[in-house]
Amino acid sequence: MSSRLRAALTPYALIFPGGLWLAIFFVVPTVVMLSLSLQSGDVVSGYAFTFNWHSYVDGITTYHDQIVRSVIYGLAATLIQIVVGFPVAYWIAFRGGRRKSVYLFLLLLPFLVSFVLRTISWQFFLSDNGLLLGPLKSLGLLPQDFHILATSVAVVCGLAYNYLPFMVLPMYVALERIDPRLLEAAQDLYAGRTQTFLRVVLPLSLPGVFAGVLMTFVPATSDYVNASVLGGTSNTMIGNVIQNQFLVNQDYPVASALSFTLMALLLAGIYAYARVLGTEDVLEVAAR
Amino acid sequence: MNRGLLRGRGLQIYTWLVIAWLALPIAVMILFGFNDTHGRYNTSWQGFTLKWYGKLFEIGDLTQALVNSIVIAVLTMVVAGVLGSLIGLALGRYRFRGAGTTNLVMFAAISCAEIVMGASLLSLFVTLAVPLGFWTIVISHVMFSISFVAVTVRARVMTLDRSLEEAARDLGAGTWATFRLVTLPMIFPGVLAGSMLAFALSIDDFVITNFNSGSTLTFPLWIWGATRVGLPPQVNVMGTLIFAAGVLLAVANALLARRRA
Repeated sequence: MSSRLRAALTPYALIFPGGLWLAIFFVVPTVVMLSLSLQSGDVVSGYAFTFNWHSYVDGITTYHDQIVRSVIYGLAATLIQIVVGFPVAYWIAFRGGRRKSVYLFLLLLPFLVSFVLRTISWQFFLSDNGLLLGPLKSLGLLPQDFHILATSVAVVCGLAYNYLPFMVLPMYVALERIDPRLLEAAQDLYAGRTQTFLRVVLPLSLPGVFAGVLMTFVPATSDYVNASVLGGTSNTMIGNVIQNQFLVNQDYPVASALSFTLMALLLAGIYAYARVLGTEDVLEVAAR
Repeated sequence: MNRGLLRGRGLQIYTWLVIAWLALPIAVMILFGFNDTHGRYNTSWQGFTLKWYGKLFEIGDLTQALVNSIVIAVLTMVVAGVLGSLIGLALGRYRFRGAGTTNLVMFAAISCAEIVMGASLLSLFVTLAVPLGFWTIVISHVMFSISFVAVTVRARVMTLDRSLEEAARDLGAGTWATFRLVTLPMIFPGVLAGSMLAFALSIDDFVITNFNSGSTLTFPLWIWGATRVGLPPQVNVMGTLIFAAGVLLAVANALLARRRA
């Protein structure tokens, strides 16, 4: 083999094993699931491909509430994260000084504890007579029947908590990259603090906010752990339904149809968001 | 000036409050690993004890679940570490037809909702009648970790100076010798970081594992199954030890980096 041919083939040889793994276990399954969502039948008698759109119609009409709730919870959690996280990212980027990496490390601490365990820890902390509400109730500051668990507030706060670092980090990266000379230039041109913030810092931080939304909205909307641990039975999300249909009822066509609906919804949301925000290529932002 | 100072201070206090909020459930977890409970429920403070550290491995299937998690994470780290690094090297170093598609698949795998990934992989296994268990978990973990490793390694490769490899070749080193003696040592920090990320993603994964585990249990799955009946203090202790190990590793890493610099 000539050395030029070998050089041309090298990248393909490097990609081959991992690419094959992703093709078989990531790309192909998506197609399989699409096909499964259009089949009819049941676990016992087997499935046949029949272009059965009923799974979609049934799934969406039956679980309409959960779908809408998921989107609302996901949006609410994302919004809370932006509001709570931006000042933190801002302060670390501009005032963190030499200890920036220490603050970032502290922000990432939760990731050293299992996601499920963290959520259960919240459940424990917020329980009706738990560490937070117990003392407040015995002091008479709250009525005896006051509760946080099994409410939508608990679920949204749990979601916001669990994915907050994913929001702060990209915002921090964008803010950290801002050249201090730009801020000086703004001040030289008689912009006040507010003007400088609104017209220089904020626009330059948008790619970070964009990446953060991308990294938090998708997992928050499709989550079922928070709804299940913190939300009781009346705040279930679409993830709970998919999990239940797949693993308990084993109604694969409806479960697949719902997964596909969720995926389409998320893709459409991201696409619309990218168009409206008008930032550069989504890929480019995400690749940073 | 005074106002600016005050505002800076206010934001600092706010940042610490957010950090405290993030750390709160961890503190609760650690604290209740030292709780002297006698009944089945570990829900109210009964006094300080170290006994759960002594009885750490007394619940057989919990211990087995933790062992499963660690073994799966190590396998994932090795397999995804190698496969992902190769992709990262190709994407960072070469321009070739198909690079765009590969990048797109990476991006899709990173941003795809976990539940969709888990559910579609389960669809494949169900359709092919593959029995679920240990190996399907490993397959799924490698699948979702590869892209994270590849992206980490690609970033490292892109910062490298190509002239060093050209110099090695000018000095008579063959392709393999150049790779082993020049390229690999230079990209190794990226490979190491990517592999450790794969380990961390694997040991903490719940959603995709939940879909593809069959009756095999990992540490997060065991905890999930036990939530309805109440968690034994051993779970808190194991969580605390994993947390401590993670903190130690991160601190050691930072100190080493500082010494090298």
